[in-house]
Amino acid sequence: QDTQEKEKTIPPERAEEAKLKAKYPNLGQKPGGSDFLRKRLQKGQKYFDSGDYNMAKAKVKNKQLPSAGPDKNLVTGDHIPTPQDLPQRKSSLVTSKLAG
Amino acid sequence: FVAGFGSLMQDVLWCFSQVKGTIDIGVTEADIISTVEFNHTGELLATGDKGGRVVIFQREQESKNQPHRRGEYNVYSTFQSHEPEFDYLKSLEIEEKINKIRWLPQQNAAYFLLSTNDKTVKLWKVSERDKRPEGYNLKDEDGRLRDPSMITMLRVPVLRPMDLMVEATPRRVFANAHTYHINSISVNSDYETYMSADDLRINLWNFEITNQSFNIVDIKPANMEELTEVITAAEFHPHHCNTFVYSSSKGTIRLCDMRTAALCDRHAKFFEEPEDPSNRSFFSEIISSISDVKFSHSGRYIMTRDYLTVKVWDLNMENRPIETYQVHDYLRSKLCSLYENDCIFDKFECVWNGSDSVIMTGSYNNFFRMFDRNTKRDVTLEASRENSKPRAILKPRKVCVGGKRRKDEISVDSLDFSKKILHTAWHPSENIIAVAATNNLYIFQDKVN
Repeated sequence: QDTQEKEKTIPPERAEEAKLKAKYPNLGQKPGGSDFLRKRLQKGQKYFDSGDYNMAKAKVKNKQLPSAGPDKNLVTGDHIPTPQDLPQRKSSLVTSKLAG
Repeated sequence: FVAGFGSLMQDVLWCFSQVKGTIDIGVTEADIISTVEFNHTGELLATGDKGGRVVIFQREQESKNQPHRRGEYNVYSTFQSHEPEFDYLKSLEIEEKINKIRWLPQQNAAYFLLSTNDKTVKLWKVSERDKRPEGYNLKDEDGRLRDPSMITMLRVPVLRPMDLMVEATPRRVFANAHTYHINSISVNSDYETYMSADDLRINLWNFEITNQSFNIVDIKPANMEELTEVITAAEFHPHHCNTFVYSSSKGTIRLCDMRTAALCDRHAKFFEEPEDPSNRSFFSEIISSISDVKFSHSGRYIMTRDYLTVKVWDLNMENRPIETYQVHDYLRSKLCSLYENDCIFDKFECVWNGSDSVIMTGSYNNFFRMFDRNTKRDVTLEASRENSKPRAILKPRKVCVGGKRRKDEISVDSLDFSKKILHTAWHPSENIIAVAATNNLYIFQDKVN
């Protein structure tokens, strides 16, 4: 029954690709290529702009979010973090539960 | 080459042995196990987690009184290997997660292992202390200094037995050699050197020297805009200390010989399976990315894991694998949602059994799969607390792909994709496996008659 369905319809991968492109029409031209590689290389990168930070702190109304600039693919987040927002550095001295 | 220890799938019944970790409603991220590795004798089993901690279990001696009970693994040592760091110069947050642990072969009474996070490799020495000196002249038993003028006699301190203490000390720290994130470490068969691989470079280290390492592979393009592939895993040949392999995000494997050049950018062999162009889709490259590469114990084969399959390659044949096993092909029709929830980027590992006759890898829903290379039979088992009665035999699981679902089967849509088995380990000579299910470690053994 399964093989019959395969012969009639397009391969499942292509069907899934069509689904994805329907949801995200602006998905990068390069299939699974540099975009996701660059994201992988940038893991852990934290960006900080003191100008934006100080303006956010001063609660400037009607402030526009900073434009992405030439590097559209870099992940900068969509709000200006404040010290209160940042996750606490974890205490690293808790013993693993595997050893309990 | 040991034969006959249950290498045929139909002879092996896997039973629950132990489970480590707690049953929490919400899993603390730090408790997620990120690597599992037996040492070369199988006496020790190490785990690393996202919180930078290492826990080592030791197999207890088998007791003559309870011959039906195989030695269980108990906690031997635990320590904080890595801590979170922040590189202020690069604005880079460095996770403490232990990416890999690799044991050194034992050469004296102490045990040595390498553990690495994204940036720093450390050599740890784990040793036992079961005696301590007593009867010092200048200090008393509590360590307080004695007044020298009160001392009238000299005595020779003696070693007396004490409760066993296991200490872990960092003996070497190999830092500042990787711009990108370390994905692999591999101890060389010369026992003097090891390699560490990141996304774009591989470095060769001598265990004694921490302030220098040789760069042996560099695939960084002059212009980063031209970047098309990254290194995903690397391993030394088990016997030939000049040979190693590394895999890429494009599904290729390169074998390099360090005798040919100092910089092994030119491969000696290049393993790639030709792609069927009619099957090409947006997902093709992503699902072909190799997440793990492992030499067989014999050194004749390599095994690679990509998103949907495990492949075995003969070192003498570069143009295609000799065996391909489907891990969970039913996910092919779910690729869109697996891309959206990032699961398509999950990095599964794969392992050989001691005789290279069976291979194992993980899947979702806490399922893991074994493939017998000789009989071509495969089985799907599950790591779950429901099957955790001592010596309970694991029942094979089956995923149904649509149409009628039988009573014991689970449908693809009911699979829990948050329960992923990425890390497993197989004892070097016996049928004992360790399976990491998020924050729990399961140990299974074959049935002892």
